[in-house]
Amino acid sequence: MSIPLLDIKALTVEFGTRRGVVDAVRQVSVTVAKGETVGIVGESGSGKSVTSYAVMRILDRAGRIAGGSIVFGGINVGKADERTMRDLRGREMSMIFQNPRAALNPIRSVGRQIEDVLIEHSLATRADAREKAIDVLKAVRINDPESRYHAYPFELSGGMCQRVVIAIALACRPQLLIADEPTTGLDVTTQKAVMDLIRELTAERNMSTLLITHDLGLAAAYCDRIVVMEKGRVVEEADTATLFANPRHPYTRRLLQATPRLDSKVADLLPEEDSRRRTPSTRPPGETLLQVQDLVKVFPGKDKGDEYRAVDGLSFEVRSGESLGLVGESGCGKSTTSSMIMRLLDPTSGHILFNGEDIGAVPGKRFAGHSARASLQMVFQDPTDSLNPRWSARRSISDPLMRLASVGGSALRAKVEAVAEMVGLPDHLLDRFPHQLSGGQKARVGIARAIALEPKLLILDEPTAALDVSVQAVVLNLLVELRERLGMSYLFISHDLNVVRLLCERVLVMKAGRIVEQGSAEHLLDRPEHPYTRELLAAIPHPPSSPPRVSSESEDSVIAARWP
Amino acid sequence: MSSSSVKNFARHARYVMTENPVTALAALLFLLIVIAAVAGPALVPYDPMATNDTRALQPPSWDHWFGTDHLGRDVFSRVVVATRLDLMISLAAVAMAFVIGSAMGAVAGYFGGWADRITGRLLDTIMAFPLFVLAMGVVAAAGNTIENIVYATAIINLPFYARMARAEVNIRRNAGFVQAARLSGNGDWRILAQHIFPNTLPPMMVQISLNMGWAILNAAGLSFIGLGVRPPTPEWGIMVAEGANFIVSGEWWLAFFPGVALMLAVFTFNLLGDGLRDLVDPQRRT
Repeated sequence: MSIPLLDIKALTVEFGTRRGVVDAVRQVSVTVAKGETVGIVGESGSGKSVTSYAVMRILDRAGRIAGGSIVFGGINVGKADERTMRDLRGREMSMIFQNPRAALNPIRSVGRQIEDVLIEHSLATRADAREKAIDVLKAVRINDPESRYHAYPFELSGGMCQRVVIAIALACRPQLLIADEPTTGLDVTTQKAVMDLIRELTAERNMSTLLITHDLGLAAAYCDRIVVMEKGRVVEEADTATLFANPRHPYTRRLLQATPRLDSKVADLLPEEDSRRRTPSTRPPGETLLQVQDLVKVFPGKDKGDEYRAVDGLSFEVRSGESLGLVGESGCGKSTTSSMIMRLLDPTSGHILFNGEDIGAVPGKRFAGHSARASLQMVFQDPTDSLNPRWSARRSISDPLMRLASVGGSALRAKVEAVAEMVGLPDHLLDRFPHQLSGGQKARVGIARAIALEPKLLILDEPTAALDVSVQAVVLNLLVELRERLGMSYLFISHDLNVVRLLCERVLVMKAGRIVEQGSAEHLLDRPEHPYTRELLAAIPHPPSSPPRVSSESEDSVIAARWP
Repeated sequence: MSSSSVKNFARHARYVMTENPVTALAALLFLLIVIAAVAGPALVPYDPMATNDTRALQPPSWDHWFGTDHLGRDVFSRVVVATRLDLMISLAAVAMAFVIGSAMGAVAGYFGGWADRITGRLLDTIMAFPLFVLAMGVVAAAGNTIENIVYATAIINLPFYARMARAEVNIRRNAGFVQAARLSGNGDWRILAQHIFPNTLPPMMVQISLNMGWAILNAAGLSFIGLGVRPPTPEWGIMVAEGANFIVSGEWWLAFFPGVALMLAVFTFNLLGDGLRDLVDPQRRT
């Protein structure tokens, strides 16, 4: 075997914190050969990003490489001086970050930003920089690069920004590209476009890629080899095919199981012996609970002409005990719709009938005192943002009970503890502040707050988007259980068809404020009629659909692991 | 507040002090100032008002640490006793500016629209004046009393709190936890007072602390030019003003020591800011 391009040996990274020194990465060894794409997969806190920062030597001040070595193209990165590193970064190895908009300078045109990199590494002169920058934009398949050259990041969509970031990363034709969650926060169709682009470009130039992701499906589709990390250690490393066919480590198996496949049920996401597994009941839904008729929301623009129709004549209904999925990509109007139903936003026209009463006619400002307020609750997308940072979990859960149910004293305490127990939140966590809780625990607090009043309709706005897959598996099963116990109806809003169908019997697909297709979840998945639905489905990267516990695997699953 | 949360707070306070020695130094100085303000008159060796012709203008010595002034009064006693008055003026002024200013700013930031436009223009008007001149004008117009110094200092400090509160409230207006509070049945005012406003406190604390120093300087400045506190009341600004006449003739200690006291007080409050922010921010408490 030839010398690998990147050779990480027994890397240990420490962080100095208030509670003493913490090892973020322990004894990690990873190699990347020339032209190879290696995925580092792990959940939050696994040390996958820290490893990549160590390679680039961009750890923050508290972190330091405590042991092991990183050799890149014959240079010992751990010992190299800052000058050498400056030359290496950008020119020999570059990085793509998670949030493309944050990675770009907001007050410099994108063309300029590409020029900066080229000039910095002496690959262009002032005279020909512009021409070369446009070439680079062309290389990342940006339409009309001459005019995009002058665009500012805020004028571009998220996917377009990520293309520019890739353009900057690849401008100097580096040998190694580190992509740290390059598509988190992008829509699935954009994700596919961006990842395909990365794959094409790196293959064209015979580059190596280190893809860091929490998404096994994504890693399965794009990586030659996968390294699984847990709590700062490498637990398993194998070829993509081997890993999916025959995962050896229990953590890998758990992770594989928690990743939704095309054919998995919600209970399948948890191990068989887990007591939290739930199967949705097949009880037929009751009478109509919520009826939305011709709902329209228009946001005024600067002039009369450029007003924006976020929701454009939407009609649907939710029956009691039913779960309805609302699927669409960012900007399709699904969040605007949920805000209107929750009465946080007033519709421009149309009706929202809840139990026969038109609650859309009550102004959102005065809805706090309405009798239906307690029956309509919501679980928000970002569990961190949706909790008051100065309030303990107990106080957050108490708030709706105090305001709307006028519960107080020991009854309140008992009720909060009962609800917390229902969502699986141990008592001792109730007095913690949000920043002292993990993502999954914060999600539970959010759910507990929403169900404390035993609402009739619960809107779930991407409730698991910010969570690790193993936590998502638990939360989804919890939601199934709570629906049965409390007899709630769900309106599940998500961009991920794959997750929605686990919980919902019926699904609406939305695009540009309108419903393009609706039907039962299975029907939509098996026989999508509208091209947009098909596009959405095709863009979701799936791990091979066969269960990982079966060890005898054929070549088929390897092909399936690429693209469905 | 249970005893465990008090204990937690004490532990957190200790951590904030040990992590940043500057904060510990500031806290020490602050403690000194507070002791001087509370117990000053009981601690000092001489009556700060007692004149003694035979001991006029003596340089610092064992009997008079900071020397004596032109009327034979002990400068050390006067500097220590003056702490209470200066601290009271600035504390009252800053408290008033904080309460009124942040309330105005919070309302403007949350409701926007006309409330925002009116407060905005009002603050712009205040800010358009050279602030010290505005304070002079207020005191001159309203009458030369200690209360009026407090009001004047409060008025010129008000825009800082209002603008800060407006910005801090505005960025949180549509935060997830605010939406969640609305779903929990909270009305606008309750959301503003209980959910948003407490979250703006950490940056406000820094502002309060910096402002304290500035308010002390401002009150002393007004006294220096002969507005507000009048002799023979011991006050740092007047003492510096009186002492200034004697610097040319070599009696430097009259102005020097009250000046140092003033500087130390301002220095203390400026340093204290960061520590205070860390103390009230629950995110720093792990």
